[in-house]
Amino acid sequence: MIVSRRQFIRTGVAGSLLLAFSGWLNAAGERRLSSDERAMLAAIAGALLDGALPPAGDERSRLVALTVDGIARTIAGLSVASQREVGELFGLLVLAPGRMVLAGVGKPWREASVDDVSAFLESWRTSRLALLQGAYAALHDLTFGAWYARPDTWEAIAYPGPPRGYF
Amino acid sequence: MQDPIRAGLAAGWKHIDAATLGKGQTVEADVVIVGSGAGGGVTADILSASGLRVILVEEGPLRSSSDFRMLESEAYPELYQDSAARKTMDKAINILQGRCVGGSTTVNWTSSFRTPPEVFAFWQRHYGLRQLSAEAMSSWFAVMEHKLWVRAWETPPNPNNKVLAAGAEKLGIPIGAIKRNVKGCWNLGYCGMGCPTNAKQSMLLTTIPAALNRGATLYTRLRAERLRFSGGRISALDCLALRPDGIHPSGKRLQLRARHFVAAAGAIGSPALLLRSGVPDPHRLLGKRTFLHPVIISSAVMPERVDAYAGAPQTLYSDFFLHQTAIDGPLGFKLETPPLHPVLYATTLQGFGAAHAALMREFTRVNVVLALLRDGFHPESQGGQVRLGRDGLPVLDYPLGEVIWEAARRALLAMAEIQFAAGARAVTPVHETAPLYSSWAQAKKGIAELPLKPLLCRVVSAHVMGGCGMADVPQRGVADHRGRHFWLGNLSIHDGSLFPTSLGANPQLSIYGLVARNASLLAAELSGRPPPLIP
Ligand SMILES: Cc1cc2nc3c(=O)[nH]c(=O)nc-3n(C[C@H](O)[C@H](O)[C@H](O)COP(=O)(O)OP(=O)(O)OC[C@H]3O[C@@H](n4cnc5c(N)ncnc54)[C@H](O)[C@@H]3O)c2cc1C
Repeated sequence: MIVSRRQFIRTGVAGSLLLAFSGWLNAAGERRLSSDERAMLAAIAGALLDGALPPAGDERSRLVALTVDGIARTIAGLSVASQREVGELFGLLVLAPGRMVLAGVGKPWREASVDDVSAFLESWRTSRLALLQGAYAALHDLTFGAWYARPDTWEAIAYPGPPRGYF
Repeated sequence: MQDPIRAGLAAGWKHIDAATLGKGQTVEADVVIVGSGAGGGVTADILSASGLRVILVEEGPLRSSSDFRMLESEAYPELYQDSAARKTMDKAINILQGRCVGGSTTVNWTSSFRTPPEVFAFWQRHYGLRQLSAEAMSSWFAVMEHKLWVRAWETPPNPNNKVLAAGAEKLGIPIGAIKRNVKGCWNLGYCGMGCPTNAKQSMLLTTIPAALNRGATLYTRLRAERLRFSGGRISALDCLALRPDGIHPSGKRLQLRARHFVAAAGAIGSPALLLRSGVPDPHRLLGKRTFLHPVIISSAVMPERVDAYAGAPQTLYSDFFLHQTAIDGPLGFKLETPPLHPVLYATTLQGFGAAHAALMREFTRVNVVLALLRDGFHPESQGGQVRLGRDGLPVLDYPLGEVIWEAARRALLAMAEIQFAAGARAVTPVHETAPLYSSWAQAKKGIAELPLKPLLCRVVSAHVMGGCGMADVPQRGVADHRGRHFWLGNLSIHDGSLFPTSLGANPQLSIYGLVARNASLLAAELSGRPPPLIP
């Protein structure tokens, strides 16, 4: 994706406006993930974990859903300030303008392909806007953290898990 | 396995989980200590031993060996600040800090180094700390080494550490063995998740039980909010009880009154408490010069299994690159090998999708070397600044500037060269745009051109220091060499926040030694007994 400097700056401004708006939406505090947020996270997890997940099918959907549950659990364990920031990011991404303008994903999350989502993640990963780069890092860490926290993912990496025995 | 904490509780230790408090109250003691980590634990032990009534305030929970099941999914949310995801303000540095009884010592990796003599010399020159020198402090370090079983580690290093040794030896780089504070260690490799066998001689197992046995009171899930003072003296500490989730305040408040107060909430928590309290700070030094030993990481795939999750985590090191330049010249760095566990490694590793999955499949063959950059000595290495966020909780603003990146590049080169010399099949700096290099020649060229910037190059830290630096005069520091606050007569600071620079060595033993000295001087003053014989 080649974006001119001007566009970057405009996106940056739009981004902070959207952030302010979604922040307002999320100011209510702790809550469960909405179904829109789950769909968004499932699309993102599908792209980040592509290569670790089995190809399309029920098993893939089941594992993605488990990962989204794990992300929700992780968020609940973050400090209030981090929860608020994550809430702002999610609030931004579930809104169609946020998804389209900032992430560049035209289709709703449920319909977006791994390639669409990967392209957006790649653009944020090396973005010149620290805001987007930091947001990418948060999505990356939440998703991989939730995935590799589960013992059923360890066999693929030959990790035997912690020693068992009498302690 | 016996659980000394559960046994102590059963025997009647005074522990109050503030999440269970039904109503607010006011409590009195001789001394209130905020934080139960390296500094708080040692202080509680020494003050209670001199007969003072001590209250320890800890915002994290009380957990012990029976709870430590060596699972990242449990350990990070239970035992670490912000579930081990605490970040600097621009999100470019991930900070590991403990948040439980025992603080970071409950989850640390047991490496034990004394404060390097050249660091004391620098403090004498720049901060007038003439009372502190390697000689003057040596008996305090010896006392704490004895107490906490700091010994040479006789077990052979695990393969992860051996990679560092093998590579360094080939290149003629000297390697040293790390002392550890363990007793009957099972060599499991899960120190970062709390020691399940009670081998690690952390504060959770040593000083805190000692203080509780003498009748000290421990409050957990209680957040120190604000010190109340007037006329140069503190009268009380206001605290917020947290809900069982350990995150949200429950609405119950506790006021603690005492003759003396000790801030030992760690190098982010202590400056934050003082900032929230609005203590006098006419020279605007509070919270500034916070150091991290910013850590740069190099990951290698070895031909054989490394199993970096198993065995004592850090047992070998090299200080070769600390001594290449003057202490205040371009930043030197210390090399060590950290433990790897799936969540820690997967979240730190760059990239996603197929490339990430492919590297993760090599997990058992991965070796990681890290470089701890010695910040705070070079005139342009001013560290970070603790500020207060909207909710009054701390945020660390640590800008990563050119002096850091210049050192990071040298460190990435040095680590890759060592890893290839040890026989690595491939090496990658943990950096968003770095590929896997398959030879040293390729790595040398690639790293030379790698764009080093915040959020592209991964930076982490487990060593937070400074923010309430010591000095001879209030123009240069927040506290004196005894940790006494310059403006409030009955306030001491006893933790890593006292250091006026970083150390260039893992900090726990430096904190133990300095705090043992200062708590002993304080105990003498408060109890009216002669000061201890050790200087
Ligand atoms: C994963 C990890 C590995 C490490 N490995 C090593 C190693 O191998 N060798 C080494 O030398 N060092 C190591 N360290 C660092 C070392 O453990 C710390 O430098 C040291 O424990 C710091 O001591 P402290 O007293 O300053 O703070 P801490 O030990 O961090 O204790 C501070 C305590 O204060 C509490 N607190 C904070 N704010 C408040 C508040 N407002 N109210 C109540 N309580 C509060 C915190 O919850 C915490 O328990 C490691 C650290 C980590 C996290």
